[in-house]
Amino acid sequence: MRRLRHLMRKELLELRQDPKLFGVLFLAPIIQLTFLGYAATTDVRNVPMIVVDADRTPASRRLIEGFSGSPYFSIVGSVGSVSHIDPWLEQGDAWMALAIPAGYGERVIAGDPATVQVIADGTDANSATLALGYARTLVAAYAAELSPARADDASSAGGIDPRIRVWFNPRLESREFMIPGVVAMLLLVITTNLSSMGIVREKELGTLEQLNVTPVARWELIVGKLLPYGLLGMIDVVLVTAFAVLWFEIPLAGSPLLLFGTSLIYLLTTLGLGLFISTISDTQQQSMMTATFFFLTPMLYLSGFIFPIENMPAAIQPLTYLIPLRYFIIIVRGIFLKGVGLAVLWPEILALLAWGIGILALAVLRSRKTLA
Amino acid sequence: MNHTLAVARKELRQILRDRRTLMILLFIPVFFLLLFGYALNFDIRHVPFAVEDNDRSPASRRLVSAFVNSGYFDLRATVRSHDELTSLMDRGAIRAAVVIPSGFSRDLHRGERTPIEIVINGDNANTAATVMGYASTIVSMEAENVALRSGVRASGPPVTVEPRVWYNPQLRSTLFLVPGLLAYIAMITAVVSTALAVVREKERGTMEQVRMAPIGTLPFILGKSIPYFGISLLSSVGVLLASMVLFDLPVRGSWWLLMLALALFLIGALGMGLLISTIADTQQVAFQVALLSSFLPTIMLSGFIFPIASMPTALQVVTHVVPARYFLVALRAIVLKGAGFGVVAGQLAALAIFASVVIGLASLRLRKEWA
Repeated sequence: MRRLRHLMRKELLELRQDPKLFGVLFLAPIIQLTFLGYAATTDVRNVPMIVVDADRTPASRRLIEGFSGSPYFSIVGSVGSVSHIDPWLEQGDAWMALAIPAGYGERVIAGDPATVQVIADGTDANSATLALGYARTLVAAYAAELSPARADDASSAGGIDPRIRVWFNPRLESREFMIPGVVAMLLLVITTNLSSMGIVREKELGTLEQLNVTPVARWELIVGKLLPYGLLGMIDVVLVTAFAVLWFEIPLAGSPLLLFGTSLIYLLTTLGLGLFISTISDTQQQSMMTATFFFLTPMLYLSGFIFPIENMPAAIQPLTYLIPLRYFIIIVRGIFLKGVGLAVLWPEILALLAWGIGILALAVLRSRKTLA
Repeated sequence: MNHTLAVARKELRQILRDRRTLMILLFIPVFFLLLFGYALNFDIRHVPFAVEDNDRSPASRRLVSAFVNSGYFDLRATVRSHDELTSLMDRGAIRAAVVIPSGFSRDLHRGERTPIEIVINGDNANTAATVMGYASTIVSMEAENVALRSGVRASGPPVTVEPRVWYNPQLRSTLFLVPGLLAYIAMITAVVSTALAVVREKERGTMEQVRMAPIGTLPFILGKSIPYFGISLLSSVGVLLASMVLFDLPVRGSWWLLMLALALFLIGALGMGLLISTIADTQQVAFQVALLSSFLPTIMLSGFIFPIASMPTALQVVTHVVPARYFLVALRAIVLKGAGFGVVAGQLAALAIFASVVIGLASLRLRKEWA
């Protein structure tokens, strides 16, 4: 036990001797939170739009005002004819063009059906789809406004009135969805990468040999190496949670204790992964590359952190069950947003635990060969 | 010149000896391409939903089938009570629910405005907003059908939109993500590998030996980065070719222009890697700094996944120092829109400025370190 304490002290001393690393470790969560909290929204607002008004009547101006008044569009210019749209879209200065044909105003007043053209730059398929949807809704609302004015003959048209209610995140802020996920991502990046690089560095520098000839047992070596990184990870969890709740005002609906408890289980996984990577790498560059490319990136993208799992093809979806991050993301979002507890989350927690024990065992087995 | 080549040859030999890193640098990009091409997209289909039908009339069933037939929603359950619905939602088994009140059919046929309730799981705000849009469209189309059937209204709406999509008419998100992927890969191979390669020499003490040797800072820098430049260029072209074959990515503009943009971006990225290497003393720090300064901004602030126009103004200002931003605009313009030099000149100039600034800073710092 005393040897273990010394080993951990050595590791912490080494970490502290590198003040830059220390600074980066505490700066990292804040920077990531800021990016994800403010930038990570796939929703579209202020779509830059240009207008081709070939009609120039009060009716066409009213339609344009409808667009400029909406938070989804901002009118950045107006051109004389449809053929002049090209350079705007090519340079990306505008994403959309609204073309109102001549005679539009007359048709609207006469009560004939009129058509306006909306041209979208489809390169950003997701934004284009959303923006086209907003444009349709806007024009439909405008049409509905026109409709009672001219259709006083028909009795007030009946219809279905959808009352939409959004649960768990009524303001539909992507922030509330992304930020809890940061806890999961950060732990993975920091603990897995640093622990594997930390062990491989000793290999590279040859100091691992020295440790091996001391009377330190292998389990002590492993625990002593991994625990400090686990500790750092837990500090980051607290930091991120505090920042999320206090700065971004994201409600922590569930129990903080459960959050920290499950984070510990998750740490088993990430540290185990770090140890495993260290056993299959000889240089820090290798371990970094292996961790980033074979583990972190696929996990990041296939865990549902940014891209929803339901959108993936059916053949890929089963693969996501192999990813520990998937379970932890569900747990963290469940605790933060839905306030659910053990009763709902136990399958995910069990899966995570199984993963953690499995990878840790595998890594320890392998380390017998490579570290001893 | 000879010194440069000597350093480059040494670095290349070191890379070639480390087979795994080389394989990763060359082939992982194509693996990512497959991942992005096949697995990841924002196109939302098959949203699992449940129905609580308290009316059980032909009209209510018609509404439910309108949802199912749209292709956007998959009916997972028909529930009888609100509690059942809550539990399905809590477990994440469904993302949306339609609650039809009793008397729906009666009110509808009387021509009254008939409320129905649509519940959406908002935990993923982006998906929820899209699902909300689909649901309202389906309901309003169904309402239109009801109106037409019962003869309340004889014609369609007074103003309609005729949407047209340019450059990517099928709205495939793959076409949009591939250029972003190029930037992402270049960032990893160029920034991270270069930074680690230099810091490794510091960590192992071989940097002292290099300093003793009669090599100036410039040949050292050039020699260190040339092999990584070659590898990054190779893997970028590999990704481009693979996406042309696998995903029918059209290269509508000139290849020369494309290569120019790619080369400028890579030089900037290599410069960034060198700059980081002058700041960090250990590979761990170099990696973390590279992650924060290059990697994350490339994903988050370049418009790769998240549109810049939707960000808060302060952050939009920050995106101007992210080189990937200019690279992506130029790349998408060249590849998808067939733009010529005149259109992307501004972006290319920005990339060139970024490259010269970081390389200048890096060599200044290095000269100070060596002096």
